[in-house]
Amino acid sequence: MTELNVNNRQLRADVDGDTPLLWVLREELQLTGTKYGCGVAQCGACTVHMDGVAMRSCVVPVSALPATAKIVTIEGLGQTRLKVVQEAWAELDVAQCGYCQPGMIMAAAALIAQTPDPSDDDIRSGITNICRCGTYPRVLAATRLAAQRLRGAGAAR
Amino acid sequence: MSAAMDASVGHTMGASRRGFLKAASLAAGGLALEFTLPAMAAMAAAPVAQAPGAAPSPEVTAWLLVQSDESVIIRIARAEMGQGTLTGLAQLVAEELECDWAKVRFELVKPGVNRARARVWRDMGTGGSRGIRGSQDYVRKAGAAARSMLVSAAAQQWSVPAAECSVDRGTIRHAASNRTTTYGAVAEAASKLTIPENVVLKDPSQWRIAGKPLKRLDTADKLDGSLVYGMDLRLPGMIVALPKACPVHGGKLVSFDKAAVMKMPGVRDVLQVDDATVAVLADRFWQAKRALDALPIVWDKGANASVSSESIATMIREGLQGDTPFVGNRQGDAKAQLATASRVIEADYGTPFQNHAPMEPLSATVQWTPQRCDVWAPTQVAEAALAAVADAAGLDIAACEVHPMRIGGSFGRRLATDYLAMAVRIARQRPGVPVKMMWTREEDMLQGRFHPVTQCRLRATLDAQGRIAAMHMRIAGQSITAFVNPKAITANGDATVFQGLLGESAEGQFGYEIPHLLIDHAMRNPHVRPGYWRGVNTNQNAIYSECFIDELAHAAGKDPFEFRKLHMAKRPKHLAVLQAVADRAGWGKPAAKGVFRGIAQYMGFGSYTAAVAEVTVKDGQLRVLRIVAATDPGHVVNPQQVEAQVAGSFVYGLGAALFGGNTVKDGAIAETNFDTYGVMRLYDMPAVEVIVMPSGGFWGGVGEPTIAVAAPAVLNAVFAATGKRIRQLPLKDTDLAKA
Repeated sequence: MTELNVNNRQLRADVDGDTPLLWVLREELQLTGTKYGCGVAQCGACTVHMDGVAMRSCVVPVSALPATAKIVTIEGLGQTRLKVVQEAWAELDVAQCGYCQPGMIMAAAALIAQTPDPSDDDIRSGITNICRCGTYPRVLAATRLAAQRLRGAGAAR
Repeated sequence: MSAAMDASVGHTMGASRRGFLKAASLAAGGLALEFTLPAMAAMAAAPVAQAPGAAPSPEVTAWLLVQSDESVIIRIARAEMGQGTLTGLAQLVAEELECDWAKVRFELVKPGVNRARARVWRDMGTGGSRGIRGSQDYVRKAGAAARSMLVSAAAQQWSVPAAECSVDRGTIRHAASNRTTTYGAVAEAASKLTIPENVVLKDPSQWRIAGKPLKRLDTADKLDGSLVYGMDLRLPGMIVALPKACPVHGGKLVSFDKAAVMKMPGVRDVLQVDDATVAVLADRFWQAKRALDALPIVWDKGANASVSSESIATMIREGLQGDTPFVGNRQGDAKAQLATASRVIEADYGTPFQNHAPMEPLSATVQWTPQRCDVWAPTQVAEAALAAVADAAGLDIAACEVHPMRIGGSFGRRLATDYLAMAVRIARQRPGVPVKMMWTREEDMLQGRFHPVTQCRLRATLDAQGRIAAMHMRIAGQSITAFVNPKAITANGDATVFQGLLGESAEGQFGYEIPHLLIDHAMRNPHVRPGYWRGVNTNQNAIYSECFIDELAHAAGKDPFEFRKLHMAKRPKHLAVLQAVADRAGWGKPAAKGVFRGIAQYMGFGSYTAAVAEVTVKDGQLRVLRIVAATDPGHVVNPQQVEAQVAGSFVYGLGAALFGGNTVKDGAIAETNFDTYGVMRLYDMPAVEVIVMPSGGFWGGVGEPTIAVAAPAVLNAVFAATGKRIRQLPLKDTDLAKA
């Protein structure tokens, strides 16, 4: 039995230890917003946060997670940063097919957490997720917009 | 059941209970009877939520329902895979309906229902950039007819002439008596009226909803992870199946050692699917994947086991010479002119296989019983999918249904129905059990329907003024039609290989007037299965013709833009987009130091496109900095979505031309994942400025046409920067540091 803290809930899943976190989230916890795209940490569709840092969950065996690890998925709403990023995404109508977008949003939110005022080059180098539809220009613009808003929110506090 | 989660039982139960209630309210809350689904599946297939207790809402027409809360549900028959057709079609219906756009929702049509209702929603196929242009006429008429019926219903209640009533955003008004009512209030009465046959459509200049940069209708559930894609679907009692087919196309499955994996956790079965495919069935994806990787399989790779990219290239190269009966465009006598010309400019080009590699790998969930077969799956061809399902299910088509789902990218891959038939063949062996077949990325890479492999030999001669006097373009290589629909190959070959190279054509006219022109094709079909890949044959045809035109401009000592113009006097629409990108990019004015430009134009899928690329090449490293692209699709339904499609075209087209390309080794595709099949990432993305310039009078496509100019504009800029012609793609195979 594996214990996990996901989206601020303490959960248990009866899986083999070599099962990647991605499949525990998707099939045991029914958190299917985290997507399977490649299984080899290339595409980033499976991006989640572990202790605030972006992580590709498709290659992380659930047994390798530290007992104290706090996992946040795209379903982890109510978290200010994620919400602001999602709103920027909606405002700029970023998504096309949408399949890679949860991973993109998770990557962008983590990037902004580490680099609150990212340059375009920071975003280009920092978000390496694959989108086949070609939403990159709007991903760039929406990440900039979300970062700007979060800086504003920080200043207001 | 391995999903024991003590602390989260409530959470899990809650999720499925909410799903059930949502589905139940859908079924009970007034959706048309035909759209009622098994409870859980309704969540995925019918994203329309309805307030509990809302009054039943009859169809006004088959295309739309108006609910008592004034929300309008517009039915969408074409597939939505990211290209925005769903929103565009809804805009066209809503425009004529004159409803409140803020209250518009959507619902996906099912092919079995379409069939049962005498194809009231007509063609459900979504390919060839036809989603909007192929249905704009009848969906606008559907909106106009419904408006007429709703107004008539109000007028009848008031006993006034309908002509005296006006509509504004779903509110009907009779000015003379100062009475108003709403669509929701008269929808039931309207639904009983006869659908008018003749309706007058608005002139596009009067549009208020169509033609506007409205936000997509299908975004919210993509941003919070709640959209259930085919890969995400979960039905009660469901098991998963992971297939593996012979990596050499045409090869066979000889045997597999089921006993070696049956004791692995979660494994339910290992079974033969067809003569080339084995599948592992398990409770969970990871369990199935582990067992599939461990499964000893013996293949008979057949006659193609030693085929390589090199052997395919040799076979195709042979088609570059000699005669061929397959002619796409002939003016004058190019061969005779070239035979006597004092100077012939000649070049050979080649483009590789490309995989679609949509972000969502292929999947289908099937529940088969001896009486009925239901399939929940993303597909671009719902009606063909239904036929394929019925065939594989061994059932009457009336006993089958395909529940189309919103698609996580497709680009043409799901125009094929191979994966649907495969899923049904698996589920037939587990009667009554819902089986979700999922392809691994590796399976997607190996069992694609690849962009066809071709080469091209171009020969031309110039006249005394430096114009093209004669040109022969010989394309050799693979025909998609020969694989997909061999009966369509006639004595004239496969006409579709000439996309964008035709004489008079509303779909894809060649952009230049050349007195002696011959464009012909020598079919050479390797065993790797081809398919329709976003842009299809315009991709390589534009690379060949637009890069060679650039070579001819150089040979003539002329500016590439001015040289093109010399041959475009009778192609005003082709020229208009070319002029637009030249003007915007500052063509003819110096670029920044170290920055070089390339230009290209092409017509495909009924639309005119052009691009200027700005690049740098430093230490052999190409960077594409800026793209200026223009498109004239005749009419534009949503300019910001057109802009998104054009920008996306450059991601897809440049990703393939620069980083992609599939190779063949020992008969099989060698690239098995994104670590070896290169795609464009954010780091590589140029700034794309899009000029949307509809000239009216025709309806062209949007999703595909602009891809054609992506690669040639960049390759021509690379020549400007380096003096080097890249004639074999992908560009990653060329070392730009070597002069």
